[in-house]
Amino acid sequence: MSALSDLLRLDIASARKGLADKQFTARELTEAYLAAADDARALNGFITETPEQALVDADAADARLQAGNAVAMTGMPIAQKDLFCTKGIRTTAASKILGDFKPEYESTVSGKLKADGAVLLGKANLDEFAMGSANITSAFGPVTNPWTPEGAATPLTPGGSSGGSAALVAAGAAIAATGTDTGGSIRQPAALCGVVGMKPTYGRCSRWGVVAFASSLDQSGPITRSVRDAAIMLGSMAGHDPKDSTSATAAPVDFEAALAGGVKGMRVGVPREYRTDGMPAEIDALWQEGIEMAKAAGAEIVDVSLPMTKMALPAYYIVALAEASSNLARYDGVRYCAREDGGDLTEMYSNTRGTGFGEEVRRRILIGTYVLSAGYYDAYYKQAQKVRTLIANDFNTAFNNVDVLLTPTTPSAAFAAGDVDDPVAMYMNDIFTVPASMAGLPGISVPAGLSADGLPLGLQIIGKPFDEASVLQMGQAIEDAAGFDKTPRLLAGAKP
Amino acid sequence: MSLDRDTVADIARLARINVSDGELDSLAGELSQILNWVEQLNSVDTKGVEPLVGVGTAMAPLRQDVVNDGGQADAVVSNAPDAVGPYFGVPKVIE
Amino acid sequence: MSNIEGRDGEWEMVIGLETHAQVASKAKLFSSASAEFGGAPNDHVAFLDAGMPGMLPVINQRCVEAAVLSGFGMNSIINLKSIFDRKNYFYPDLPLGYQISQFSDPIVSGGWLDIELEGGVTKRIGVTRLHLEQDAGKSIHDQDPYRTLVDLNRAGVGLMEIVSEPDIGSAEEAAAYVTKLRAILRYLGVCDGNMEEGSLRCDVNLSMRRLGDELGTRCEIKNVNSIRFIREAIEFEARRQVEVLEDGGAIVQETRLFDPDRGETRSMRSKEESHDYRYFPDPDLPPLVLEQSYVDELRAGMPELPDAKKTRFVAELGLTPYDADVLTADRDNALYFEAAADGRDAKAVANWVTGEVFGRLNKDDVSINAAPVPAGELGALVDMIKSGQISGRQAKEAFEAMWADGKPAQTVVDELGLSQISDYSAIEALVDQVMQANMDKVEEYRGGKPKLIGFFVGQVMKASKGQANPASVNAMLKAKLDG
Ligand SMILES: [Mg+2]
Ligand SMILES: [Zn+2]
Repeated sequence: MSALSDLLRLDIASARKGLADKQFTARELTEAYLAAADDARALNGFITETPEQALVDADAADARLQAGNAVAMTGMPIAQKDLFCTKGIRTTAASKILGDFKPEYESTVSGKLKADGAVLLGKANLDEFAMGSANITSAFGPVTNPWTPEGAATPLTPGGSSGGSAALVAAGAAIAATGTDTGGSIRQPAALCGVVGMKPTYGRCSRWGVVAFASSLDQSGPITRSVRDAAIMLGSMAGHDPKDSTSATAAPVDFEAALAGGVKGMRVGVPREYRTDGMPAEIDALWQEGIEMAKAAGAEIVDVSLPMTKMALPAYYIVALAEASSNLARYDGVRYCAREDGGDLTEMYSNTRGTGFGEEVRRRILIGTYVLSAGYYDAYYKQAQKVRTLIANDFNTAFNNVDVLLTPTTPSAAFAAGDVDDPVAMYMNDIFTVPASMAGLPGISVPAGLSADGLPLGLQIIGKPFDEASVLQMGQAIEDAAGFDKTPRLLAGAKP
Repeated sequence: MSLDRDTVADIARLARINVSDGELDSLAGELSQILNWVEQLNSVDTKGVEPLVGVGTAMAPLRQDVVNDGGQADAVVSNAPDAVGPYFGVPKVIE
Repeated sequence: MSNIEGRDGEWEMVIGLETHAQVASKAKLFSSASAEFGGAPNDHVAFLDAGMPGMLPVINQRCVEAAVLSGFGMNSIINLKSIFDRKNYFYPDLPLGYQISQFSDPIVSGGWLDIELEGGVTKRIGVTRLHLEQDAGKSIHDQDPYRTLVDLNRAGVGLMEIVSEPDIGSAEEAAAYVTKLRAILRYLGVCDGNMEEGSLRCDVNLSMRRLGDELGTRCEIKNVNSIRFIREAIEFEARRQVEVLEDGGAIVQETRLFDPDRGETRSMRSKEESHDYRYFPDPDLPPLVLEQSYVDELRAGMPELPDAKKTRFVAELGLTPYDADVLTADRDNALYFEAAADGRDAKAVANWVTGEVFGRLNKDDVSINAAPVPAGELGALVDMIKSGQISGRQAKEAFEAMWADGKPAQTVVDELGLSQISDYSAIEALVDQVMQANMDKVEEYRGGKPKLIGFFVGQVMKASKGQANPASVNAMLKAKLDG
């Protein structure tokens, strides 16, 4: 390995040490990533690259390192999912409708990372308005999963909606990236790309300045190369924000320090309803291995029941689409957006929105509009929110008896774009991640093995509200036991 | 629930999304498929169950009545597709 | 008379009012931009108010407080848990694509107001609810030939929507209801009640029925912004509906607009499209939950409201019910009066306030807060009359001068050299002088014409150039003439 690719393989924890020990500077680290940008471009992981900004940030980080007031994220070259508003930098939500929108403000989460000295490499690709599970709905084209095998007819998808973020981190094109998770949009792509993805408790990270998909579900989190990195980066992203009324006032936690807690004596629930009829044998096998790993680490395995599991996905789609139909009403061509003219105001609205939104977003807005409309609200939206209460109750009951839950992250390994063309079948990708989203619980996906086709598979750990510490501890145990050290074929800086 | 063309056209009008005539049938099919799938929720007995509102925070925080925002008309209209001076312009509305 | 005599019988009006009262807050309901009226276009706009992506609402405590106080003012129930909902529709002055309002679970429910009608009659009007919601921005249609221009300064300003029961039976009752509601809100300091600036505006729901019949179909007249217009709109609309019904037609449930220039209501075709607002709880806002102790604290700090003040003015200050009514109709008037009357003869001060002060305010068309004579100086003037330092007539002269240049009472009295002679020996000298000069009249008086006392008082006052204290003069003359 060249020195360059060495730098590209470091995780945050090791890079932090390298910077502290003056083995390299933040500028050198950043330049390595900028040099590898060509390789990333082939994956279409970025919508907007910000190399000039990256160098400015890197120099500022070096100054800070010199001055001795660096923190963990100082000098770390990261990608921001292009759902986070970045002041003065185009923010697209992967939609045509936002046109050349340059926010006059910085989202709280991206602002915190910036304040901690993270280096912005660019804005990562995603499904349009975070609506998708394969990163194929982006107006800026699909993202290629770096694990796509040689000679594949169609590239594999990285999952979604944080597909660009996961692909970039997996391919060595960003040391870490932000993601957002509404029904699995951090955990699922992380699993499909062989990296770590963590969705914290709803309310842990501020939603202020993040383009909204479904307000009661959206939550930001880190996509990283290790569980420790997830803890470090979450520490920078999390915190109470008075500008977000749903932001939790929970006391700040040193997530990295919490890792030392370990899992000895931890009670790990295995929800029997997650063993679905059509579960592929290799997913089941991975799950069993995970259970063994937990046991070997000193945890106690407990069989638990979450009876409403099956209803989580349909309830999720009603709630998420209803909220989305309203959240996306502001894209009307009046105050920002690419306007499409029309004969009158109503036509201008319809043309702007009809042209600006892609197929999946239009479909979801229409469903969301329908389930809220007169005569259907009670049967759809209200019923879904009641089911949601039952889902949350299920988890509460289970957590009376266990500390965390262990499940597979996804029902399959990465698939080729186009293999799934029926919307409902595509929604099934989130079957294991959605229940925790509905209850607002923290969850992490940790790469734990390979499929028969040599593709990464992830295990998910779900925790109690605001108990990210236990989730991270168990994640660390799985990571240690699985020893997942495979890298994808399409690796930035791999060529001599 | 099976949606027909007209219903789809009505929803599209309500959502201000231009849908061409040619798309109506296929959209009606897709939307019906999704709605049929979500309708399994009706099998859940939710008698006496409160709908979930506010998943995390139990109550809304209140802020002080202090003016510390605004005064940024330039920034407010900086992304407007049709800014007319400090105003947003839209096609003429006849009341 | 509230009913309408039709061609073949009497018709009864059934009116309910939805009043939008702007909360007197510094900042908006969900953003910290200024809620002040006016301002340069789009200057009072936070990114939330412009519906920018990712912007989130946070509730202004002052608006919550205003709603709770208003609820107490209307004898309502304060709901410790209420929900903000989204009301979804597209319009350029609605930047989020929805209005944040309260639909199923408002902060205030129930209640009533007593209104005063002619002849001292009181009628109780039920209040259905009060909820908090955002105001919309302003669409300007006449500044550009091809475009409508949008100014979002108003967008997101906090409103209280107060919905009455359909208990109102005439234009007079509607006017009295709005007047009373406005007074209460102003007493509470929660709304400035300025109808010209739109701080208070009404939607009038009106239907007609024959006496004793079932409720008819109603029309809603939107955004009527003065009490006079409310009367005119109701009177026009009631007659219109009766005409339609008597001609065998049916009332179409619709939204109408009042045109003050023509004194008529007309259908708002642009709002004709049937709306489906798709209300649902705003997922950006957890429920609004109030502590009982917080609500109790607000209740304890409530100012005295007009009805209570009126009762007290009559019972404790001895004012006539009429004066008490006039003085309490507006909070600022009442406060002015109370400040002026503090520690003095309240009835005398009431006469001055309702007479001279209100007269000048009317003439100059200014509000009491802009009166050039502060309450304390009016009180000082009344004190000077009471002590005999100046006469009532002199006081009026002094008042005019105080009003003209805003100087304190004492300064004006000194400058004008106004002073009533109450010095015993000075008056005695004048009395003796007048009696000497009119010995014939003295004889007449003593011969049995006591009415001549008036002549002597007049002569003494004249001799004193009006500065003698008439009471002292009277007493002394009486003693000397009778003695
Ligand atoms: Mg109304
Ligand atoms: Zn309203």
